[in-house]
Amino acid sequence: MNRRRRGSELLSAALVLLLAWLVVYPIVIVIGDAASGSAIRAFVSRAGEWAALWASIWISLASVVLAAAIGVPLAFLFEWFDFPGRKTLGALIALPVVLPPLVGVIAFLFLYGESGFVARAIQAALHLEEAPWRLQGPAAILLVHAYSMYVYFYLFTRAGLAKLDVSMLEAAQSLGAGGRATLWRVIVPLLRPSLVGAAMLTFMTALGSFSAPYIFGGGFRVMTTQIVATKLNGDLPLAMVETVALAIVAIIGLGILRGTEGDDILVALGKGIAPRPRPIRRASVRWLAAGAGWGLAVLLLLPHLTLALVSLVPYGAWTTEILPPVLSFENYRRLFSEAERLRPMLNSVWMAAASTFVAVALALAGGWLAVRQRVRLRRVIESLLALPWALPGTVFAIALAITFSVHAPAQLRFVLVGTAVILPLAYLVRALPLTGRGILASYRQLDPSLEEAAASLGAGRWRTLLRVTLPQLRPGLAAGASLAFVAALGDLVASIVLYTYETRPVSIEILSSLRLSETGVAAAFGVVLMLVSAVVLSVGARR
Amino acid sequence: MSAFLEIQAIQKRWADDVTVGPISLPIGRGEILALLGPSGSGKTTMLRLLAGFETADSGRIVVASEDVTAVPPARRRFGMVFQHYALFPHLDVGENVAFGLAGSRERGAVEAKVGAALGLVDLAGFERRKVHELSGGQQQRVALARALAPEPRVLLLDEPLSNLDPALRERTRRELRQVIKRVGITTVFVTHEQEEAFDLGDRIAVINAGRLEQTGAPDELYEQPANLFVATFVGRANVFRGAAARAIGGNGSGAGVVVVRPERLRFDRNGLAGTVRERRYTGAGAFFLVEGDDRERFEVLAEPDAAEVGARVHVTATRVIAFPDSGRGGAT
Repeated sequence: MNRRRRGSELLSAALVLLLAWLVVYPIVIVIGDAASGSAIRAFVSRAGEWAALWASIWISLASVVLAAAIGVPLAFLFEWFDFPGRKTLGALIALPVVLPPLVGVIAFLFLYGESGFVARAIQAALHLEEAPWRLQGPAAILLVHAYSMYVYFYLFTRAGLAKLDVSMLEAAQSLGAGGRATLWRVIVPLLRPSLVGAAMLTFMTALGSFSAPYIFGGGFRVMTTQIVATKLNGDLPLAMVETVALAIVAIIGLGILRGTEGDDILVALGKGIAPRPRPIRRASVRWLAAGAGWGLAVLLLLPHLTLALVSLVPYGAWTTEILPPVLSFENYRRLFSEAERLRPMLNSVWMAAASTFVAVALALAGGWLAVRQRVRLRRVIESLLALPWALPGTVFAIALAITFSVHAPAQLRFVLVGTAVILPLAYLVRALPLTGRGILASYRQLDPSLEEAAASLGAGRWRTLLRVTLPQLRPGLAAGASLAFVAALGDLVASIVLYTYETRPVSIEILSSLRLSETGVAAAFGVVLMLVSAVVLSVGARR
Repeated sequence: MSAFLEIQAIQKRWADDVTVGPISLPIGRGEILALLGPSGSGKTTMLRLLAGFETADSGRIVVASEDVTAVPPARRRFGMVFQHYALFPHLDVGENVAFGLAGSRERGAVEAKVGAALGLVDLAGFERRKVHELSGGQQQRVALARALAPEPRVLLLDEPLSNLDPALRERTRRELRQVIKRVGITTVFVTHEQEEAFDLGDRIAVINAGRLEQTGAPDELYEQPANLFVATFVGRANVFRGAAARAIGGNGSGAGVVVVRPERLRFDRNGLAGTVRERRYTGAGAFFLVEGDDRERFEVLAEPDAAEVGARVHVTATRVIAFPDSGRGGAT
């Protein structure tokens, strides 16, 4: 036992070193470099930098408010009321999660952009000379954010409502509380952990959001686009200072939100039976609810449908008409037959698969050491696995770009930028919180006596792992792995900083197709990305 | 009886002040031994040491003259039934029972063994059932079949009946004993319930605070407890000290502490004086809570109409267990 114990401690030390090298070291290097140069003075003195920083903050906060305003009422509607189509719609409404951010953004562009369907239709109907609007600036960014991020509030609130104990509501009523008092004094406090969780996720996603401000920002810069622009201009010292500034905002934001979380011991009090959905009695109201629900679903599905439609339009076949005159599978044929177009697809798939595989392996090792062996460094392991979640993707992209463009083996720095390793490495960093969270949670729920039972029945370490532990961890593992894979597959944030022509992923190819006005090909890429993501996520979510 | 399984001076230190053992205990072939003790006494640690899930700091575990102290659980060939059964939820009943039969390659042989094991616990034909479809009692029997299927040398059971509702417990206890006796396997089980230990065990080892207090057959523990702890933990017991001890003890030996079972006390014309404070009717008789003149309370089991609440009574003992002052000596 003592020898085995020492082995586990050694292994945990090795894992901590590896994770620290991946997750902490690059950040430390960026902070050190940023602090030592004169770029801080430049950053502080430029109004544009402060404007971008402030824009990041208010856009993120406004995204939280908008997402909550859409997601929370929807959750109540679908959790508490019954109307025709509730089940189907309830699942459809979570759909924007399936869209990689970049795909969502270009779908919006094709739908609501100045040459999108809606603008064309209005232009034709009103016989306007020009498009009625330009989809640009903060309003456009917020529209995309609200559309894609309300899902967090919707899912978290529904999960919170489902855990609510109906007897608590009945207790409130029997104590004389009316509907409003019950809502504010019982339901909302009990939902607080869910709401804060959704707010944190939305805030972090919005703060790290890159695709929407990159495509729709125009002259309006947020910190992520500012950093990438600075980096592409070659002003590395300034990019590092900007990166540190964004990281500080992220950490302060998380700290403030976490402070409002409170403890969820209240919720854990009873097992509880969730209230059953109430059928709406009045026929007119019921149909109104169903109509609103379906209308909403169509509205939410419209970008996906748009994308599919645009992907069927051959190059140059659609000019001024409201609807495209020719539809064909030409774009898809080109996608799969032209080697130069197939390449980014294969790049993305293997890089996402490799990073996911390693992230799962590291999370499994971390879970085994932290939960089962309870090594001394268990808190450190858990923190390191979770850390990349707390910082925007751009921060890590810049940090990795700077750390691994220097050859200094004594400092554990190698030239990886420009090689095929750097992008999978960046995806891996971003994947760690996803796989770590799922696997650690599953490991905690796993009854240790199951593994002991396997051992007492003569199963060795590997047989126990394969036949008992992994099957039991499967739900958490599959969920984490599928999220990690999909995130890597559609990633733009890290890719745009670190890609080379040889290793360019799909997202970069989509951008260059757009730049060449090959909207059909871009849309076809988007559709393929969307379908693959949807399939992977639904496999991952299967129980 | 020669020892088949031998626990030799086993010791396990958890923290500076929590130590289990050293305990030595020989267990005969085919014997069912109960480890009885309050929670935290170290009985579960003892069982886990036997299974190999914990490693002893010193001492040896020997089975059939083979030292297995350092043998990992997977190669120890000890079957175990866990407190919450630990059935694999992703496998069906048949796959659970077959889990330990991986060694034998022939599929037909495995199936036959699974069938036989399930038949033994009266669950023949349950192979394709899902584990979560079974009742608690059925799950317990599957766990037993799974542990027995690889034909282990020793069977270990951790609180085997604690997860069943009381109505089911007594019947399951008898069935469990029948199955074990039919297989003839050497068995060690852990329990904190005296009744369970008496019913299921051939012999009982009482453990308290990491120490082995006494081993013996049920009547031995009940009638001749080695010390005050065993006397009070095994069965109901009234403890008399000082003047009350001398009054009830009768023999005037000067013993410091006297223990008397409630059914060994009776109302009499003279003896220890007291007042009846409560009466608890149980059907076959009634427990009378009597407060002595020194304010110490004790229980008398007697005919339901033997006394009334508030009545002034005198009590004598038909049989006493006397200890010297410390309470840690032999019984008389």
